[in-house]
Amino acid sequence: MSGTFLGTPAFPTAARTALGDSQLRRNLAHATGTIRTKRAGVVGEVDEWEQLRLAGAAIKERVLRHLPDYLEQLERSLTAAGATVHWARDAAEANAIVVGIAQRHGTDEVVKVKSMATQEIELNEALEAAGIHAWETDLAELIVQLGDDLPSHILVPAIHRNRAEIREIFLREMGRAGKAAPEDLTDEPKQLAAAARAHLREKFLRAKVAVSGANFAVAETGTLTVVESEGNGRMCLTLPEVLVSVVGIEKVLPTFEDLDVMLQLLPRSSTGERMNPYTSTWTGVTPGDGPQEVHVVLLDNGRTDVLADPTGRQALRCIRCSACLNVCPVYERTGGHAYGSVYPGPIGAILTPQLRGVGSDPQTDSLPYASSLCGACFEVCPVRIDIPEVLVHLRGEVVDAHKKASRLPSVQDVAMKAASWTLSSAARTERAARAAGFGGKLAARVARRDPGGRTVLGAVPGPAGAWSDSRDVPVPAEESFRSWWERTDGGRSRTSDSDSDGGRS
Amino acid sequence: MNAREAILGKARRALADVPDVEPVLDVPVVRPTPARDRTHEQVVDLFDERVADYRAVVERATGAAAADAVAGALAGRTPIAGSGPLRILVPPGFPPELVPSGIEVVTDGPDITVSDLDRCDGVLSTAAVGIAETGTIILDHGPGQGRRAATLVPDLHVCVIRADQVVAGVPEAVAGLDPVRPHTWISGPSATSDIELDRVEGVHGPRTLHVVIVGPAG
Repeated sequence: MSGTFLGTPAFPTAARTALGDSQLRRNLAHATGTIRTKRAGVVGEVDEWEQLRLAGAAIKERVLRHLPDYLEQLERSLTAAGATVHWARDAAEANAIVVGIAQRHGTDEVVKVKSMATQEIELNEALEAAGIHAWETDLAELIVQLGDDLPSHILVPAIHRNRAEIREIFLREMGRAGKAAPEDLTDEPKQLAAAARAHLREKFLRAKVAVSGANFAVAETGTLTVVESEGNGRMCLTLPEVLVSVVGIEKVLPTFEDLDVMLQLLPRSSTGERMNPYTSTWTGVTPGDGPQEVHVVLLDNGRTDVLADPTGRQALRCIRCSACLNVCPVYERTGGHAYGSVYPGPIGAILTPQLRGVGSDPQTDSLPYASSLCGACFEVCPVRIDIPEVLVHLRGEVVDAHKKASRLPSVQDVAMKAASWTLSSAARTERAARAAGFGGKLAARVARRDPGGRTVLGAVPGPAGAWSDSRDVPVPAEESFRSWWERTDGGRSRTSDSDSDGGRS
Repeated sequence: MNAREAILGKARRALADVPDVEPVLDVPVVRPTPARDRTHEQVVDLFDERVADYRAVVERATGAAAADAVAGALAGRTPIAGSGPLRILVPPGFPPELVPSGIEVVTDGPDITVSDLDRCDGVLSTAAVGIAETGTIILDHGPGQGRRAATLVPDLHVCVIRADQVVAGVPEAVAGLDPVRPHTWISGPSATSDIELDRVEGVHGPRTLHVVIVGPAG
């Protein structure tokens, strides 16, 4: 069974390892570049795209600002339509509900539709611990699961794997989990997909219980929606007798009509298609068609904490399209694993710290800094989440949390105090400038020329070391401006030995 | 306190900054009004083009030619059984005049098991709505469309849609749907791009989608 993100190092360390993997960088550059181009093409076809984004953002904002009322309405609609509603405060409660339902039906396996919510709560591991096999049926999730790997992208979780690696995984692992891959399997995507089809079909045809998430849940009618491409979703949603859907409480839409806005925004933003191959909607139980026992688990797991922050709240608008990952220069170079969470990329950098709480561990606290703040993520977001705004806000939260945690003043605090003492007196400033000039003369002896011809220092010792590890530090001037002004009478009597930019080697 | 009360209580406290007004007044939603300047004939043409873009087979047929088009979609296919006629699933309510001769008809219904479906070579269905801009067919599983599994398990799906069922965009389609019924939106055959983003048709759903648009446009 797949591992977990527990123990992932903080982003800068994980990113450094990822950057050293040239195969990974090639796979990612190809993938993100391809999806970016496709997305831009189909978004360009829609004249009213910007108004659609505004409508999408407003619908989600309306839901979030009145969430308790919509959740109660959703519960009533679902119950009236024949579904059973459960509430789960956290992962443990949600997992116990799903395990309990599977056990009541005496089954030792469930088929699963790709779902971020069930990954977030590590449902597969909980089922496995109860002796129930959870079979992922999305091709990419199957690759991740069979490879005992972790997802690295919201939409295409196995994007870090190439066809040769996938063939290896299928040949090695499929036989252990069910129907083996054919021995003459090549690495042609068509053949690999056919192997997955044969492997999973026997599981679909015998499964009694299926587990899904939902892209949207309509409060007005109790309608749940799943969008997908392969038909594995339709298999899970219609063939088994029992269907359990784990739905984050932020997935609510007020009305059925709202689906029209969301179903225009999601596929174009996500896969760059005008529409994904299959969308299924179901409202409770339909007699004579599909599962006759339908459960919905409404999951909090930190979402109400996110809701409590008026700036950070907008992260809950996310419809998991992954457009922000594909335009992010940081994601493109590090991939998803570096983020240490099922939600990678820009959205992960704001969602994960809020769901887990800042100030609790260094890995989580590093995520708001995993960004260049270039703003491309906001530009593509179909529900206009201002990711850079939330990143900056969360950086402040991280700093505050650490200030509270430690009474010792930080390096910056000490430096700023000292600077303020020095700059508040002309005499002290003058003495400091002379000292810097002296330092500059010393530094010039160890400086080197950078590729642009500027004279720079390498890594400097002391508290600034971490900063200068990845930056070139200009050499301080050998003479202060004040002293130069006095000596040359403001430049009117130039002398020959002190007219450069202060650096020489 | 049970989980329900705890979650709703926490959500209420989290929203202390939100004034107690109607959601509709608090956050107005302005939906765009799409500029639609196509004639219905052009809408049907666009539907044809966009469905074909997904590498589905699309044919136009008027009147009696529709039956030939459906028969043509089945011609040349090899039965799973290896010999004998093709086993084709036909949902109740599918127009009988469009069912070709020389096939074994399996009538869809709750007594047809999943393994029965798996032994069918194909399925015929009608549709509820077509969306031109996205090339989408929507089934609401009414008469002629079968249960949800009927159009999923067999490897070939032949879908007959009337030209007058095609609308321009998603909003028009959603407005005409009954939320109580289950819906299946189909845009091309089953597909995946999970392996190096190479598109492969046919993973779990039908590998071939054959759409017959019946009747003159407009």
